[in-house]
Amino acid sequence: MSDLIRIFLKSCFVDNVVLIQFLALCPFIGMTGDTGKATGMGIATSFVMVLATAVTYPLYYFVLAPFGLEFLKILIFVLVIASLVQLVEFYLKKAAPALYSSMGVYLALITTNCAILAVTLNTISKQYNFVEAIFYALGAACGFLLAMVLMSGIRQKMKTAEAPDFLKGTPILFIAAGLLSMSFGGFAGLI
Amino acid sequence: MGKNLKIFTNGLLRENPLVVLMIGLCSSLAVTTSVFNGIGMGLGMTFVIVMSEIIISLFRKIIPNSIRIPVFIVVIATFVTIVDFVLQAYFPALSKNMGVFIPLIVVNCIIMGRVEAFASKNGIFQSSLDALGMGLGYTWVLIVISIIREFFGAGTFFGLAVLPEKFTIGFFSSAPGGFFVFGIIIAITVAVKRASEHKPASGKKTTTEGAN
Repeated sequence: MSDLIRIFLKSCFVDNVVLIQFLALCPFIGMTGDTGKATGMGIATSFVMVLATAVTYPLYYFVLAPFGLEFLKILIFVLVIASLVQLVEFYLKKAAPALYSSMGVYLALITTNCAILAVTLNTISKQYNFVEAIFYALGAACGFLLAMVLMSGIRQKMKTAEAPDFLKGTPILFIAAGLLSMSFGGFAGLI
Repeated sequence: MGKNLKIFTNGLLRENPLVVLMIGLCSSLAVTTSVFNGIGMGLGMTFVIVMSEIIISLFRKIIPNSIRIPVFIVVIATFVTIVDFVLQAYFPALSKNMGVFIPLIVVNCIIMGRVEAFASKNGIFQSSLDALGMGLGYTWVLIVISIIREFFGAGTFFGLAVLPEKFTIGFFSSAPGGFFVFGIIIAITVAVKRASEHKPASGKKTTTEGAN
């Protein structure tokens, strides 16, 4: 049990997907202008991330590996994630229209979110078992959500703050992200 | 000829994927801790984008419009797999350094964006020029970032020791340093752009629009 918690904390804080591993920077920079949007994107991505790991992991070990098709994993995983996103979209549209209207717009963008592909590939290369893989994905998902919400909060404060002319706009975003990343570096000794 | 040249230089400067359009950032910050990684990543990316654009442009009239995105993904993923295996076989150290970022070329928005916006509408020669421009545009920014980070972070330049150990700043080779260096590079680009806008604009904008 403590192993699982360690994997969770490690992938959430110590190896935060956005701030330490530089994954999924596009939504991190593009979608954090508003806290509501950032949370929506974060939740939608987290959901797909865990689901994708739960689907690709058995697929790799029960279909690809027995037939010696490991070399197809990049191709298969991308396609699985893309079709999974479509399925989730159809299902939500039918079953939970309210949720769909709040989450739907983000779903389409998730297909090309590199954090999801990276998490599914990492669970394979780290040779986790299924439960560990799910906990790893959960941790990464929480870490992503956390980074998105934190960044959107910082950006709201930044609107009223005076930045040097030279750094106004996007550059100051990267500086702020750097500071945030530095503070996450403090978790390095945690595990 | 002038038009072709414009297509080529479009990706190098005016619509540089990294510093102007700001897409495909993930890999550019993660692997740029040393110049060799930067060059390796840049060339891998260039190979994938050139080959994908050529193939897509060849088949652009056959691919049905409704399933074009899955077809693009399959083509791109195939070339990424090739790059992944070539690096694993011939440059194991490089492949280990870049880790998961090689497979992640698949979901790099630059390739998908260019394939969708350019290769699916233009001929093979122009598509390959566009791809080459975009790929090299990506590569040179990567090299600039990695030279800065390697110089200050590890005190080396292309692997040769330049700065003595005690003057190096470890911050630059860690994650926050990546954000800082990139932020500063963006700031410089914006400043240069602003300065050039004061001059009368020369040269019309080409018809190729940026992806995202």
